[in-house]
Amino acid sequence: MRKLISKLIGVTLTLLLVSSYAWAGKPSVGFVYVGPVGDGGWTHAHDLGRKALETAGYETSFVESVPEGDSERVIRKMARKHDIVFTTSFGYMDPTLKVAKQHPDTTFLHCSGFKQSKNAGNYFGRMYQAKYLAAIIAGGMSKTGRIGIVGSQPIPEIIRHINAITLGAQQSNPNIEVEVLWINSWFDPAKESDAAQALIDNGADVIVTMADSAATVQTAKKNGVFAIGNDTDMAIYGKEAHLTAAVWNWDVYYMEAVKAVENGSWKPGADWWGLDTGIVGLTSFHPDVPQALIVKMNKEKGKILSGAMDVFDHGFTKRDGTQVTKALSDGEMLGMKYYVKGLISKAPGS
Amino acid sequence: MDFFIQILIAAVAMGTPLLFATLGGVISERAGVINLGMEGLMLVGALVAFVVMLNSGNYFYAIAAAAIASGIVSMIHAFVCLMLRASQIASGLALTFFGTGLSGLFGDKLMGETVEPLARIPIPGLHSIPILGSVLFNQDALVYFSYLCVALTWWLLFRSRLGLNIRSVGEAPEVCDSLGISVLSYRFFAVVGGGMLIGVGGAYFPLALTPFWVDGITAGRGWIAVALVIFAFWDPLKALGGAYLFGLALALELRLQVLGIDISPYFLKMLPYVLTILVLTLVTIRNNRRGIQVMPAALGKVFFRGEKH
Repeated sequence: MRKLISKLIGVTLTLLLVSSYAWAGKPSVGFVYVGPVGDGGWTHAHDLGRKALETAGYETSFVESVPEGDSERVIRKMARKHDIVFTTSFGYMDPTLKVAKQHPDTTFLHCSGFKQSKNAGNYFGRMYQAKYLAAIIAGGMSKTGRIGIVGSQPIPEIIRHINAITLGAQQSNPNIEVEVLWINSWFDPAKESDAAQALIDNGADVIVTMADSAATVQTAKKNGVFAIGNDTDMAIYGKEAHLTAAVWNWDVYYMEAVKAVENGSWKPGADWWGLDTGIVGLTSFHPDVPQALIVKMNKEKGKILSGAMDVFDHGFTKRDGTQVTKALSDGEMLGMKYYVKGLISKAPGS
Repeated sequence: MDFFIQILIAAVAMGTPLLFATLGGVISERAGVINLGMEGLMLVGALVAFVVMLNSGNYFYAIAAAAIASGIVSMIHAFVCLMLRASQIASGLALTFFGTGLSGLFGDKLMGETVEPLARIPIPGLHSIPILGSVLFNQDALVYFSYLCVALTWWLLFRSRLGLNIRSVGEAPEVCDSLGISVLSYRFFAVVGGGMLIGVGGAYFPLALTPFWVDGITAGRGWIAVALVIFAFWDPLKALGGAYLFGLALALELRLQVLGIDISPYFLKMLPYVLTILVLTLVTIRNNRRGIQVMPAALGKVFFRGEKH
């Protein structure tokens, strides 16, 4: 018996050695997540990207639900273990840079930030483009002429998305009204559901959520109205209500970035990838969406893909009536704090 | 007017899980055991209720299973604090982390599953009372059950022999011990019974508020309940008012935006906690003057049998 056990241990150790040799050529990749991988939204989408790396033969690991204030310790731990570390929340920016300085041989990539160093870069996707396209569908499907948005945290990124949704919906219905209720949290299913209900009570019949759970889709289903999902496909939670979802496909970026590090071509920079790369996109449409509306959306999509047009590059009117005639720079988009015309709610802090 | 009634309906819906959890906390703390594990117990209750509902389609089984599961997990707290005499604070915090992790682990495979939420059942006669009727008597079965629990908890604590003993072991365990009342048995009963109610509070999320499972579905409500137990001065009837008041604060955050009233959401978010501190301060000052002690005297203290303190 004892012999058998020692043999088994021996075999296992050999296997482990062999397998670690097999990995030696490929960089190992660590991920730091702000939420649980089961959130069905933001973190879940990143984790799908991580799984794609695993499938491609890269060794990966992750730490989930890491509070932004306590992230430095976790990032340092991941830096000791891995060749590449992805940190996936805005608040990880400074800790990532600090750890990057102490671990010059590791490559760091921070999602949604703007600071770089010689071994740390940024990446993000132009989600506003996907939101704009989804809203063309939303505007066309609304019979009451009113769209409700469940806002998460009032930061420029979300305000940019709200504006893109409003401009998109106006493509289908120039007189569309858009109302926003902020839950002031990234994730609070009960409050998300309550906010969706309040928006529906106020007359909205398409609800767009910016928050991480599918509570809004559920509430829309209960009330017999439509919803648009956020970050991942939420149709499984209520396909009767789910028009489409604007989703992240992080795998396209993660594969490219890891390969660049692997073959030594990686350079620190700020990657803000657009619709053309596939990093953002829409899920399949509700069967009730008329073909003409899809054609209309595809026309706009074609313009964005070919580079002929972007959401904020051809002028628009702000909510206060001032005209914007020039194309916005990336910096202006990243710092957006005002609403566009068509929103009946006031922008936070205005 | 309709808008006003909708706010109150939302306040009751938001307040109901808080009410169950607070009642559970009141029972446990009346016996002298602090429970900071409420968030974890609520998550365990929420997960078990959802799984059982998904597989059986029976609300009664789902609620019962949530209560039993949270009761079992509370036994860990009871065992560690009562038998091993460890710190109630540390054990309670550990329970929160344990419950959060446990529910996340087993909930991992449930993504995308949904159940039918509890239907509203208007109570004949009562539901046509203006305002109050549609707010209180046109709700789902768990809300009605929460009213019953308030009455039962009050009766149990203040009108029954069992309750007298529970309160006594929370006030003067040494005296109880000398009278032959088993301090540990009553405390064990209170912690586990309270834990079951906390689990039912968690069950309200997937059965009524958000009929699916998502990791961390209670989003910190367990901590609000910890504050509520103190806010309610360990009294089931005050817990009822407190839970709805805190529920109202949660509901108002959104409704004030609808009305276009500019009150910072962060102010409303901290309101429950500010109120707790304020009420605690004012009532304690008043009671100190009159020489009344409301907090169970032995709350949080480890009981060593046959030793003097």
